[in-house]
Amino acid sequence: MKRPPKHAPKRIASTGDLRSFQRMMATAVTRPLTSSDGLQSKWIDGRPMDKVASEFVKPNDRLSSFERLQLYNRMYWFRLYDAIQDDCPGLRAVLGDRVFWRLAQAYLEARPSRSFTLRNLCSRLVDFIRENPRLTAPRTALALEVARFEWAQTVAFDGEALPVLEAADFAALPPTRLRIGLQPYLTLLELRHPIDTFVISVKRRDAMRSEASNTPGAAAAARPVVRPSTPRALRTWVAVHRHNNRLFYKRLDPAAFRILDALSRGLTLSRAVAAAGPGARPAQVRKWFTAWMALGWFCARGNKRSAKAS
Amino acid sequence: MPANRFNGNCDYGIGIGLRVPHYAHILSKKPTVDWFEIISENFMVDGGRPLELLDRILEQYRVVQHGVSMYFGSADKPDRAHLRKLKELVKRTKTPWLSDHLCWGSVDGTYTHDLLPMPYTFAAAKRTAEKIRQVRDFLEVPICVENVSSYAEFHQSEMTEWEFLSEVVELADCGILLDVNNIYVSSKNHDFDPYDYVNNVPHHRVGQMHIAGHTKFEKYILDTHDHPVLDPVWKLYARATELCGVSATLLEWDDRIPSFDEVHNEALKANEFIDGAKKATA
Repeated sequence: MKRPPKHAPKRIASTGDLRSFQRMMATAVTRPLTSSDGLQSKWIDGRPMDKVASEFVKPNDRLSSFERLQLYNRMYWFRLYDAIQDDCPGLRAVLGDRVFWRLAQAYLEARPSRSFTLRNLCSRLVDFIRENPRLTAPRTALALEVARFEWAQTVAFDGEALPVLEAADFAALPPTRLRIGLQPYLTLLELRHPIDTFVISVKRRDAMRSEASNTPGAAAAARPVVRPSTPRALRTWVAVHRHNNRLFYKRLDPAAFRILDALSRGLTLSRAVAAAGPGARPAQVRKWFTAWMALGWFCARGNKRSAKAS
Repeated sequence: MPANRFNGNCDYGIGIGLRVPHYAHILSKKPTVDWFEIISENFMVDGGRPLELLDRILEQYRVVQHGVSMYFGSADKPDRAHLRKLKELVKRTKTPWLSDHLCWGSVDGTYTHDLLPMPYTFAAAKRTAEKIRQVRDFLEVPICVENVSSYAEFHQSEMTEWEFLSEVVELADCGILLDVNNIYVSSKNHDFDPYDYVNNVPHHRVGQMHIAGHTKFEKYILDTHDHPVLDPVWKLYARATELCGVSATLLEWDDRIPSFDEVHNEALKANEFIDGAKKATA
């Protein structure tokens, strides 16, 4: 969003005036809340906020201009915090409430939503954590893995599915020329921690807690998070995907991961199989392919997708 | 107006919002419901469970799309990618009309995800009407714009909210989704008579109505959609029905959602007021 004008336009007589007015109000609405969840007392240029608010918001006999604007400021942050915590329960569990909310605020300030849907709110969170490690220190590496995993879940939930390749499609070209795509909803993750089991444990805990509540949404937001124990280091290869429109995490053998990763990078079938390494037995590789085909993971190459999220 | 060109000439009755906690009940019990309203954005996705569920609902029920992010009042041009996705959904649902809010919520491509009130000026009305026309022309479906509840008014306004709504819909030649709960909430927050609002909008353009619950605080009322409809809102609904005729009516219940039957029964209370309004106008 571009910088707002110094003052709100006194009249709105054109689309330009309307845009200036909207920049002014949007800047006020999206400014971070104070520690007591209030509108900041100073405007971006240091003027008292109550004076700036009174330039465009009418008071009434119960609420000042400042207080009316504050309602929208609070609703903005509470709505977006709700959306982030819904999408990132594992990240919140890893970081604890204080660090998680600090990260969320910094992220939303630096990367405000550019999408019409809140579904995409966390689409840039992994990059943001990577670029701002101090916000998650000393758990940055773990936070990155959990954030990647949780975004992969969003993609798996409602990402695009392309027509599945059939066995006959594999015979169309020799393996030395055949390139196979992976479904856009599938994400391959090479991790240093077993994030899949960690996220499952966080979800199970949250599910049990919400069952005990009559108002799950509001109560979950208000409850402080109980931080589960940090997952111990364990190299893990996992595919986050869906099957019959249900979300699944599938652990992969490292050699199987290398094959899928090679396919996703556009290597031919023969080179991808070779990427498995000398230890991979042909019978085992055939078994993997059979399973992957049954899961519908293969599609025609050419769709855009990110490969290994390393 | 029971059926008019703003609601695709459909004579729909009383519907409720399609919400996640009710999916299992609806799909297994197949209750009789006149129609469901869906939030368009929840289904503007590329695949997966949301679309599977929607398709199963569409096999059995009539669905009308209601959006929350078109932001007709934003100075920004309509987002083409957004429109394309919305059109895909319109083709899928075959919604006879489509509604979204008379508000703004984005500027320079940054989204607040809120329904922010407009400054009620002639220039803003003209710009808003232009966008409604553009969106309707692209989507090729009638559009009804909904009045929002609000907590702020602006010095820059040149008219009342209902005058602004009337100006916009006349310029755009579109319909109105008259949310009587929002009128009531705003009337308390801004000290106007809600009947002045209902009495003075172009009744022939009303294609749909919304009813909902709200929450009273000490200094203001919030549009929370987490309660049954309160008596003053029912009375306002009855008056609106007298003036506009029996319109497609939808109960919004979005938070602390009770059982399907409780929500549906609350919506069906509208029948009492519809009957009363019919007698009053007979």
